Amino acid sequence: MQYTRTVEALKQGTVIDHIPAGQGLTILRLFRLADSGERVTVGLNLSSRHMGSKDIIKVENIALSEEQANELALFAPRATVNVIENFEVVKKHPLTLPEAIEGIFACPNSNCISHTESVNSYFYVKPSHNDTKMKCKYCEKVFSKDIVAEVR
Amino acid sequence: MPNPLYRKHIISIPDFSRAELELVVATAARLKAAPRDDLLQGRLVASCFFEPSTRTRLSFETAVQRLGGRVIGFADGGNTSAKKGETLADTVRIISSYTDAMVMRHPKEGAARLASEFSAVPIINGGDGSNQHPTQTLLDLFSIVETQGTMENLSIAFVGDLKYGRTVHSLTQALSLFNCRFFFVSPEALAMPEYLCQELDEKGINYTFSNSLEDVIPEVDILYMTRVQRERFDEAEFKKIQGKFVLRAEMLAQARPNMKILHPLPRVDEIETAVDATPYAYYFEQARNGVFARQALLALVLNETV
Repeated sequence: MQYTRTVEALKQGTVIDHIPAGQGLTILRLFRLADSGERVTVGLNLSSRHMGSKDIIKVENIALSEEQANELALFAPRATVNVIENFEVVKKHPLTLPEAIEGIFACPNSNCISHTESVNSYFYVKPSHNDTKMKCKYCEKVFSKDIVAEVR
Repeated sequence: MPNPLYRKHIISIPDFSRAELELVVATAARLKAAPRDDLLQGRLVASCFFEPSTRTRLSFETAVQRLGGRVIGFADGGNTSAKKGETLADTVRIISSYTDAMVMRHPKEGAARLASEFSAVPIINGGDGSNQHPTQTLLDLFSIVETQGTMENLSIAFVGDLKYGRTVHSLTQALSLFNCRFFFVSPEALAMPEYLCQELDEKGINYTFSNSLEDVIPEVDILYMTRVQRERFDEAEFKKIQGKFVLRAEMLAQARPNMKILHPLPRVDEIETAVDATPYAYYFEQARNGVFARQALLALVLNETV
């Protein structure tokens, strides 16, 4: 029987799998995965036994840190992040929501001081019902995570 | 052991513990009863107002000088190096290297928190955009304790613009540490923000929404009035709500004998001047208390023991 992989196997790098379909490009953009110059393979709307359809991102030669993986949890809490060496999974990052996120998103409040000074943005993360709230360390305004993600 | 506020930045009310709020209020009461002119002797405080303010700036500067300290600073950011494009971080680095503490007001939200990250001396937030104005809350709390003998288990109505009113937001955050019950009286468009109500829910605080000022008056110990700004509404909308959130002397017939009316000022027309002569009016004394609350804070931040 012939077996075809839909996405080419990775020798070394990181595979972010089980991303809800439609979120793949958002994650690519927010985490600037394409900016490294390394080869990135993106699969959109792939069929998945558990999820119906899913997105997948493979980044060559870059091992995502645990902190970065946790930041992913905001968008894709059930995603799996596997670090690959020599075609083998050497580390599986379990995703847990981080307590704070630094430097990834811009504050949606246009009058926040973080926009005009050379500081990293900084949000405290708090799960709330079926949403996640983010509170800016500087202006103290509270936003739904989707609003924060849209801004950048 | 030094007092818990010694050399601390004063940025935001949620940073305060219950005990710290009580300490400031008790110190303000002591300084009002027995003035001291030595607590800031030999100290220099910067008063940096990047945005103009009358009461806050003058009461801070009065507080410093009454305690024997000296003040440098500016009343308007227009004449400073900020105008030349210097970052706030750099301005703060320099001014904090000259002085023992820095009081600042700034038009941008988060300016005081940012300043605290670059300052060698305590930063005291005198207002950062629409965000926080912690010393207003401290003088409100002092006025509440002065008139009610406690901050605990009181019923408090907030009236007017509860959506944009930062004094209302900070005061509810502070009082939620003392198990108070709240009544929110406002036009629907200026209701208390959802995220603050959620914070109150999480703390198990009781609160009620109402659109009748008259119904609420007999229920409360403190009536905290704020201004509804005309420019937040179009003309037709404003006509509908006009007068509904104005306090008139005859509405006070059913008020509790201990009830006091507070207002952060400036007042425009939301409290009729006839109310001023009633025993319930406390807003002018509250404004005077600003000096004592700020004295207390400066004394605690700059002295190990007071």
